Amino acid sequence: MNLHEGAANLLEVRGLTKIFGSLKACDSIDLGIARGEIHALLGENGAGKSTLVKMLFGSLEPHSGEILWNGQPVRITSPGIAKKLGIGMVFQHFSLFEALTAAENIALSLNDGAPIGTIAAKARALSYSYGLPLDPDALVGDLSVGERQRIEIIRCLLQTPNLIILDEPTSVLTPQEADKLFETLERLRSEGKSILYISHRLEEVKRMCDRATVLRHGKVVGHCNPREETASSLARMMVGSEVRAVERPPAEGMDQAESLLEIVNLNRKPATPFSIPLRNINLSVRAGEVVGIAGVAGNGQGEFFEAVSGEVLQQDKASVRIRGRQVGGLDITGRRLLGAAFVPEERLGHGAAPRMKLSENLLLSRHATDGRAFVGTAGMIDGKAIYSAAQRIIEVMDVRKSAPDPEAASLSGGNLQKFIVGRELDRKPSVMIVNQPTWGVDAGAAAHIRQALIELARNGSAVLVISQDLDELFEISDSIAVMHNGELSARIPIAGATYEKIGLLMGGAEPGHAAAVNAAETAEVA
Amino acid sequence: MDIWVSILLTIATAATPLLIAAIGELVAERAGVLNLGVEGMMIMGAVGGFGAGYLTGSPWIGVLAAIIIGVLFSLLFAFMTLTLATNQVATGLSLTILGLGLSGMLGTSFVGLPGQRLPNLDIPGLTSLPVVGRLLFGQDPIFYLSIALVIAVTWFLFRSRTGLTMRAIGDSHTSAHALGISVIGYRYLAVMFGGACAGLAGAHLSLVYTPQWVENMSAGRGWIALALVVFASWRPWRVLAGAYIFGAIWIGQLHVQAIDLSSFASSSWFIYQPIALIKSLPSQFLSSLPYLATIVVLVLISRNKRLTMMNTPASLAQPFVPER
Repeated sequence: MNLHEGAANLLEVRGLTKIFGSLKACDSIDLGIARGEIHALLGENGAGKSTLVKMLFGSLEPHSGEILWNGQPVRITSPGIAKKLGIGMVFQHFSLFEALTAAENIALSLNDGAPIGTIAAKARALSYSYGLPLDPDALVGDLSVGERQRIEIIRCLLQTPNLIILDEPTSVLTPQEADKLFETLERLRSEGKSILYISHRLEEVKRMCDRATVLRHGKVVGHCNPREETASSLARMMVGSEVRAVERPPAEGMDQAESLLEIVNLNRKPATPFSIPLRNINLSVRAGEVVGIAGVAGNGQGEFFEAVSGEVLQQDKASVRIRGRQVGGLDITGRRLLGAAFVPEERLGHGAAPRMKLSENLLLSRHATDGRAFVGTAGMIDGKAIYSAAQRIIEVMDVRKSAPDPEAASLSGGNLQKFIVGRELDRKPSVMIVNQPTWGVDAGAAAHIRQALIELARNGSAVLVISQDLDELFEISDSIAVMHNGELSARIPIAGATYEKIGLLMGGAEPGHAAAVNAAETAEVA
Repeated sequence: MDIWVSILLTIATAATPLLIAAIGELVAERAGVLNLGVEGMMIMGAVGGFGAGYLTGSPWIGVLAAIIIGVLFSLLFAFMTLTLATNQVATGLSLTILGLGLSGMLGTSFVGLPGQRLPNLDIPGLTSLPVVGRLLFGQDPIFYLSIALVIAVTWFLFRSRTGLTMRAIGDSHTSAHALGISVIGYRYLAVMFGGACAGLAGAHLSLVYTPQWVENMSAGRGWIALALVVFASWRPWRVLAGAYIFGAIWIGQLHVQAIDLSSFASSSWFIYQPIALIKSLPSQFLSSLPYLATIVVLVLISRNKRLTMMNTPASLAQPFVPER
């Protein structure tokens, strides 16, 4: 890219550098975004993509370098200034308020002072016109990640920005939802808007983006036209070496294998007036196989995971069975002691305590199962043992970090996910249940996690993966069941499964399912 | 009949300072700031209000001075916890201790002096109405202000855009910061409002309740106000309910302790026996009744977990340092 073309670009970045402690998160980055283009920002976890866009949006202050907007040097010292310039952002770690409704969340980022009712109507209309239906009266705390992302996107679009930054926008969308998003983005491009698109899904970058900038270890390693590249050449640029494709050796003798995880007539009343009830779910996962559960966000996957993991106990003790034992009344620790391991959907605050070190987070989930290794005489924690176990996991999973034993919250999303999955894999559990294993995780790391799950199964464990990423499920599953409105379909062996077939089972979902009840509740609260 | 009217009036007088201080703290906590210095700001308002009223001869100037002193005192807290990001609990506690000590020192020369009393409302024709006249049209101005505050704060928090922003900051200051909202700026305003209310509550003590200066005259009311906010699950009307339940039982148990059982000797069994039973209880138990009853009632009305979840400021008491 030629820097002298700068004036023609909407946004021009020159020599932007950001240092955290001893880590150069961004090292003199040059980047130009033209009017009316979709520009991809590619890179592995920890390559500096999020740091770069945070500087563009004013959430972080660069150490050096300059930013030109319409050819004029600007200092973006706060998100407010970025918004005034016309920069909108869809965050990867959502910036939503859980105790407020979708409409209130949207109103907070608009500065026009319109009544909430008007904003709700505008948001609803816009969301339906872009095919990302949204219930403005729903409480964000009740929504799944996919639904939350819709709010973020709609909120950004309502600000009518000239440059839209999207950080991993499709990672929780169904193929149909993603297609609708692409239509939206193409429509915005034709309206002359510019889009900075961060994604690890190389196929969609190839399909949609006009130019790409690739980052590795905080440095720009190349600019290219993604349409002229192949997915593997893009991946090579990102990672610096070949990305191994996930291998799934055929599962053999599955019919005779012991069933390690059984769900029998699992029912659950909705916990709140708006959550999804579980209706008569039956499923069994045998030793040696990976079973995937597909479904559109918010169809009861979260409720199902809670019931199976023991976060919420079941009155019917026989409804969940781990290695033949009825565990419906056992808590998470009890189920772990039977050899099960769980990875929840939310990384921060659920999968890991944000302000605690990785080694401490390791102890939190494994103090009972590995008590002998981690807890010494007189119940004292063996700091050395947990530290070295944490380092082992960090090494095996290739977790990138800025300190030897950093706080969980200081890791990028994908790196933390690698650690959380690795923490459970390290135990070699006989039953592994994972919700959204690679959400927001880049290609290299995702392949790593998926391969590890397959290997765990082939070594004799039962693996259940709940995911909204169909590519992922097709890559790793031996059979796929679909969850829709709290009901689970029969298992479809992977040989007979097609995107169309699974898509049909996923279909018919009404995302605004709880609109009426929500409205009543909100009125009561006010 | 007159005795009941005067009991109701004393209940209102006992409840008003709790209500005002709690409403101010509620706004601060909704924005995510836990200010345990309510007691300290209140007693500073009381001594400042008394002093200014005594020196100028005008209780109104006293009220104004109390509010200003409350705000200044809260600014000290805001500067430490918001600008310097100190621990809110420790800072709040020290603010209370500072306020109690400082007010005692400043007030030495006021002890025993006759103070100014804020005049009660007197509307010809209305105030003299039987029963309701005194209750509705004959109370002190701060009482009316306290009710207006509940209405205004409810509207502000749940109907206005600024109130929505306040609640959003209390829910997640990192999200608010990401949207470009000035977290620190809004929190300063919320803390200052809390300070103004605590100062006003103090003025009510030394210019209405007992128009004189007595050291430690706030007598733990700041702490009760703090507890009311939590047990009312951060909702203004529940704070009002809590303050009045507390006031009613407080006044009630005082009357019960004071009455002479023998004067009921000729009453029917149904009146005599319950009073005799209550009188037979230890006085310590009676004194603790207002606290117990307030907790029980507010816990009962906060059973809805979902509403509690929605109303609890998730980032309460967490220091906020924007990542730069």
